[in-house]
Amino acid sequence: MEFSILVSEFASLTFDGIVVGAIYALVALGYTLVYGVLRLINFAHSEIFMIGTMTCYAVTLVLGIATDTDPLTLASFTLVFLLIILAASLASGVSAVILEFVAYRRLRIMRASRLSSLISAIGASFFLTELFRIITESRNIAFPRLVDKEPIFVISSAYVTFDKVLVLIGATALFFLLNRVINHSKLGLGIRAVSQDETTSVLMGVNASRVVSLTFLLGGILAGAGSAFYMVFYETTKANVGFLVGISAFTAAVLGGIGNVRGALLGSFTLGLIQQYSSAVLGYNWRDVVTFVILVLVLLVKPTGLLGEALQRARV
Amino acid sequence: MKKILVLFNPRDRFGDWWDRATSLQRGMFRLVLIGLFFALPFINNPVIDTPETSFESVLFYPLVMFAIMAVGLNVVVGKSGILDLGYVAFFAIGAYTQAVFGIFTDLNFWLVLLLGMGFAMLAGILLGVPALRLRGDYLAIITLGFGEIVRIIAVNTEAIGGAAGLTGIPSPPPILGMEFSVQDLRPYYWLSLTILLLVLWGIVRLSHRKPGRAWEAIREDEDVAAFMGVQTFRYKLWAFVIGGAIGGAAGVIYASQILSIEPKMFELNLSIMILACVVFGGMGNIWGVIFGAVLLGYLPEKLRFLTDYRILIFGILMVVMMNLRPNGLIPRKKREVILEKI
Repeated sequence: MEFSILVSEFASLTFDGIVVGAIYALVALGYTLVYGVLRLINFAHSEIFMIGTMTCYAVTLVLGIATDTDPLTLASFTLVFLLIILAASLASGVSAVILEFVAYRRLRIMRASRLSSLISAIGASFFLTELFRIITESRNIAFPRLVDKEPIFVISSAYVTFDKVLVLIGATALFFLLNRVINHSKLGLGIRAVSQDETTSVLMGVNASRVVSLTFLLGGILAGAGSAFYMVFYETTKANVGFLVGISAFTAAVLGGIGNVRGALLGSFTLGLIQQYSSAVLGYNWRDVVTFVILVLVLLVKPTGLLGEALQRARV
Repeated sequence: MKKILVLFNPRDRFGDWWDRATSLQRGMFRLVLIGLFFALPFINNPVIDTPETSFESVLFYPLVMFAIMAVGLNVVVGKSGILDLGYVAFFAIGAYTQAVFGIFTDLNFWLVLLLGMGFAMLAGILLGVPALRLRGDYLAIITLGFGEIVRIIAVNTEAIGGAAGLTGIPSPPPILGMEFSVQDLRPYYWLSLTILLLVLWGIVRLSHRKPGRAWEAIREDEDVAAFMGVQTFRYKLWAFVIGGAIGGAAGVIYASQILSIEPKMFELNLSIMILACVVFGGMGNIWGVIFGAVLLGYLPEKLRFLTDYRILIFGILMVVMMNLRPNGLIPRKKREVILEKI
């Protein structure tokens, strides 16, 4: 128990908490969107994120950026980062659509039990983790440092570096983009309709299968973008990276109220802060235990989360 | 086509024979089957022998260990329809009980076995009381978290060895003059087989009585079951606790054989492997589950090139089974009858 660190490093912990929260939010949105249309937790979403991180690494390999090269200049970094985030979003989005097609579609059409869909998703999740574990030979993959991490300026104890600023700006832009898609596009209308009442929306002419596919695509794209930010910030990945990021993002989604887009954002930032503070006090080893305990507490005390399940009807 | 399938359906034909058999016939059949299983280590047939590990050790782990755990998990997943992704936690609790009490005290092995089951049941209550009030997918995540928490606590607690684990776990005392030693694994096989038979006996009895009916009612439709007066929470908790106790027993026996344990042995993968056994064999059908456990445990040992890819294959298997044959290779009979009537 080191409460003095919490006080002396408060600004730094808070800033990092918000940055981590922004990355969680991008992943948590995928859980929330899919939950909205399917009423199911997409267990393999964490693997979609993992595929994104692997794609980022693959892009640097293709571009010939080794781990020992010097950080890039701003212009070339912008170009490289755009390439990385596009490739990762594409890879994650496409894998999410394939995942839906292979693991969920048939069961959804057959109206199989929730248990069947869950087991199918878990199977897919393990298949993907193992596949990449075998490909990467269980190694930790080091990502090259693309950008200088010298602090731009310092607020109290918080070091404001370029990568953290990039995460915050990029994530905010994506949130606004998503907001537009959900509230002001035809696809968004479809997603909201299916979330509210699948049967009626189908009767009204919504192609539910298409909406579900596109929702997975949207969630995958966000997770892929999140994975690009994650790689620039943490600079490492491995085959099971999705597990803990996924659990954190899922906890964040539940904390905010699963199925609720704004809730996912609020929950993610809250969880990011709680994780930073608790790691400082209890030690980094206990971070994941804290996450699980929060998840259990939220589900017991207020299962609808901070903002409730707004995208859909009340819980069945 | 359907008619032919029915005619050559060995499960149903066996079931019909079993229903008509006299108690003497049933007893003989059981005796022969059990005798056959106890005699397995003496069969040195190259067809069933495993290439790299000795057949006796494969019989003990993974075959019988998987079978015990699969039967335990089947009570939770197959019978009651509760998806438990942290089943390995109960196994870990059992194994650590044997390690800690075996190394630091000189308690009798049998007492430790009961203690391990007791601790696992206690963990089942601690987890189940809050978690079982939740819906299926939330529950799955919570149990997943529970499995990880138990492992992380083991890694971070130096008193029980931390990440390095514990070594020098004692073996069980001799039974009927049989010594438990590293050289000869047959006694371990016989011990675990006996435990498996006891567990089976208990579960089959329970299934035919009130708890079994309550579990099946909960699995088919929890709300309806509750309306019909089934105390759903109570029976779900019972399923959880019984499943946990079986996992704990498996852990104690496993630790007594393996001599040293570390937290790395109790990762999520094991939970998923056991779940794959249950799903593959046929959720809810105890014989199907055992068949699944034996097959999925045996094949990677027999075909060594599969070992590295086994979780990969188990993953595909779970997706394929759920999509094409959701009731497993040997599904439970009752359900099919009901479905055909509809």
